[in-house]
Amino acid sequence: MYINNEIGTIQPVKEIGAIAREHNIVFHTDAVQALGNVSIDVEELNIDLLSVSAHKIYGPKGIGALYIRRGVKIIPFIDGGAQERKKRAGTENIPAIVGFAKACEIAERDLQAHVEKLSKLRDELIDKILGSIDEVKLNGPRDNRHPGNVNVAFKYIEGEALLLMLDAVGVAASSGSACTTGALEPSHVLMSIGLGHEIAHGSLRLTIGDFTEPEDIDFIVENLVRIVKTLRAMSPLYNA
Amino acid sequence: MLYTDIVMDHFSNPRNVGEIKDADGVGEVGNIQCGDIMKIYIKVENDVITDCKFKTFGCGSAIASSSVTTEMVIGKTIEEALELTNKDVVQQLGGLPSVKVHCSVLAEDALKVAIYDYAEKTGKEYKGLEGFEPSQLSHEH
Repeated sequence: MYINNEIGTIQPVKEIGAIAREHNIVFHTDAVQALGNVSIDVEELNIDLLSVSAHKIYGPKGIGALYIRRGVKIIPFIDGGAQERKKRAGTENIPAIVGFAKACEIAERDLQAHVEKLSKLRDELIDKILGSIDEVKLNGPRDNRHPGNVNVAFKYIEGEALLLMLDAVGVAASSGSACTTGALEPSHVLMSIGLGHEIAHGSLRLTIGDFTEPEDIDFIVENLVRIVKTLRAMSPLYNA
Repeated sequence: MLYTDIVMDHFSNPRNVGEIKDADGVGEVGNIQCGDIMKIYIKVENDVITDCKFKTFGCGSAIASSSVTTEMVIGKTIEEALELTNKDVVQQLGGLPSVKVHCSVLAEDALKVAIYDYAEKTGKEYKGLEGFEPSQLSHEH
């Protein structure tokens, strides 16, 4: 994974690719979160296979792409017709492919402005959350992070309750809580980086996009302060 | 997650949130691994539950289940309260998604543990508590 989808960490793909190459291992990276947010040069990064998806760069949903370095052989996962040089049978979805290509063109053209705008809003959101709420922790790195990713953990509260209250004021977010999906365990990413259950359950992911405005940041922080206070007042783990 | 309007009402405007400082019985169930901890406080006079409050760390349905349970037991006698099951909680909430039914079980159990605590403290015996042992509760999913 080039950039982690939950906590935004930009991974050292170039170094990993170099190790793989040194040992003659074919190297695939999931670059879905990276597309449009960092430059991707498969030569420089020692990448053999790379997956991307259009919807992350405002392209159509339901279309992705797999880069395959010349000489790397893959087994087709759909058999039948000879489309795409027998690598993927079935009639190509031309409108989606064209839409994806256009989205890539725009993403590349606007890369710098996009990254500058988003990281400024991201840093502002992180600073304001950490500055206005007690016992909160940023998950993932401060630097070297996806420009639009914010992931914070509020102690003593549970993520799904937080999401429901944010939803009520029109903010769509996601959480590391098991309760969100009915899964048994909280986010494996948060658990793998060594967080306890309590922190993982209370984690919230907010994503900034091209259409996020500075006033949205204030709106979110204002509501988060209120919601966290309400939920902590209900929590048996919290002693005010 | 699709919740009924009743669940959303109890979640957004929970009844009887808080602690009872001089509670006659307190019951806490759940664990942090599962992401739900529920604590129920009761006040008892002449075998009638006169007040009930809760504190819950958990999802929307856990908070709603606690809230509705406190509302349902205030004014009930201890024996009546012991008859309350998680099915009653679910019914009162207009239903819960199947993956959330365990939240209503937590509410039933937290109430039972609170009554057990009251019975232990006062030396009283209740038919509805026969065979009930808080340490035997399992809240693994």
